[in-house]
Amino acid sequence: MATTEEIRTDLADIVNEVAGVAVEDVQLDKSFTDDLDVDSLSMVEIIYAAENKFSVSIPDEEAKNLRTVGDAVAYIERAQA
Amino acid sequence: MEHTTVVITGMGAVTPLGDDVASTWQAMLAGQSGVHRLDHDWVTDLNLPVQIGAEVKFDPASRLERVQARRMDRNTQLANLAAIEAWTDAGFGFDEDNPVDPQRLGVVVATGIGGMNTLVSAWDTLTDQGVRRVSPLTVPMLMANGAAGSVALRLKARAGAHTTVSACASANEGIGHALDMLRLGRADVVVAGGTEGVVHPLPMAAFGQMQALSRRNDEPERASRPWDKGRDGFVLGEGAVLFVLETLEHAQARGAKIYGELAGAGISNDAHDMVQPNPSGETQAMAMTRAMTEGGLTAGDINHVNAHATSTPTGDTGEAKAIRIALAEATDRVVVTGTKSMHGHLLGGAGAIESLATILALRDRTVPPTINLDDPEEGLGIDIATSVRDLPTGDLAAINNSFGFGGANVALAFTNRHITS
Repeated sequence: MATTEEIRTDLADIVNEVAGVAVEDVQLDKSFTDDLDVDSLSMVEIIYAAENKFSVSIPDEEAKNLRTVGDAVAYIERAQA
Repeated sequence: MEHTTVVITGMGAVTPLGDDVASTWQAMLAGQSGVHRLDHDWVTDLNLPVQIGAEVKFDPASRLERVQARRMDRNTQLANLAAIEAWTDAGFGFDEDNPVDPQRLGVVVATGIGGMNTLVSAWDTLTDQGVRRVSPLTVPMLMANGAAGSVALRLKARAGAHTTVSACASANEGIGHALDMLRLGRADVVVAGGTEGVVHPLPMAAFGQMQALSRRNDEPERASRPWDKGRDGFVLGEGAVLFVLETLEHAQARGAKIYGELAGAGISNDAHDMVQPNPSGETQAMAMTRAMTEGGLTAGDINHVNAHATSTPTGDTGEAKAIRIALAEATDRVVVTGTKSMHGHLLGGAGAIESLATILALRDRTVPPTINLDDPEEGLGIDIATSVRDLPTGDLAAINNSFGFGGANVALAFTNRHITS
């Protein structure tokens, strides 16, 4: 089982790859859109890449609720459990 | 009819001959070939009969911001690099130092095929990995106007961003459309030209199946040979060339460097066959005549023609006829060249790279050669430059021809009026 920090680190790599956000800025309390300036198409790419990376399913209706990095990490943790 | 005068004030190029305008032009004057044997695995894996092409010699993504580049199809990456060079060459900056009113700035980026790399790879992703793996960026990357929209975004151009699509005449049509925008008063400055980035197995196979591509695989640099008896088809190239076109009034008001004048555009359609040109040359000649008329020029004013001259058996001879019809006895004092012999066929970028060659030929009074013309067809009736040729002193004018599948013929007329030294 990946730890919260491991998930956050891997997710930060994805956000960096897709949207060019510095990995150290991808912290749990950060909002994807308001703080990290991730646009809607990039957010979709991040979700798909995360599904692949973490071997989880993140349905579109759930993805809409993942406002912060912490929301996404928590969802992935639950989905992996 | 009196027209608003339109001049060229900036140029940018990413081509099989060079990474920018200066290196591309230098290679043309040196008679170099940009055609080479393709070393992609797919050439041998798919057993393609045509194994040569004229590619840009670096990865365009490597010169763009990484996140931007991954959101662009190759044709859009190439167009952005050409746009950056052209815009900078015109003396403009990118942020607060951009002195052009965005509402008076337009963009036209032509393409023949558009984001086909993206389209095909998205299909592969869909069928191999399922719908959840298809990138949400697929549509803006594959759409034909992706490059135009992307360049407009970069330059903050709000007077319209257009894409003209007429196969191998696309870029000339686009430059002609930019001329219309400026003459209709819809913009003061238009960044215009063409882009293509499809040296890819599918078009290589499809054009090959039409018997349109040269199979001179063992002599790539000698494969593109317009008007030569041994020609056996065109060589697929890629690249982007864009110009900053501007009303003379706007250019002079800011003291811009001027490369010359875009005097007129002439359009016709063969309405003869989807892919074969009208062998009489009459409809192609109509486009040339219309370009001269719109530019206030007569055949006697023309010194130079940059021909479409793709190196296909029927196309080249038909164009020679068209030139003689349009220019009549004045043809004898006109120097004709076919620069596809060096850079191959850029499809939707063809008219743009050849406009670049035409503009620079007038500026330097030097016509780049048609290479590989060892054994010319007999009775062509045109004077083809097989080595670098000088143009006379004084006023100069030239025509650049582009013809495309679908019957499209677009000729552009350029002059050296208003050129700054």
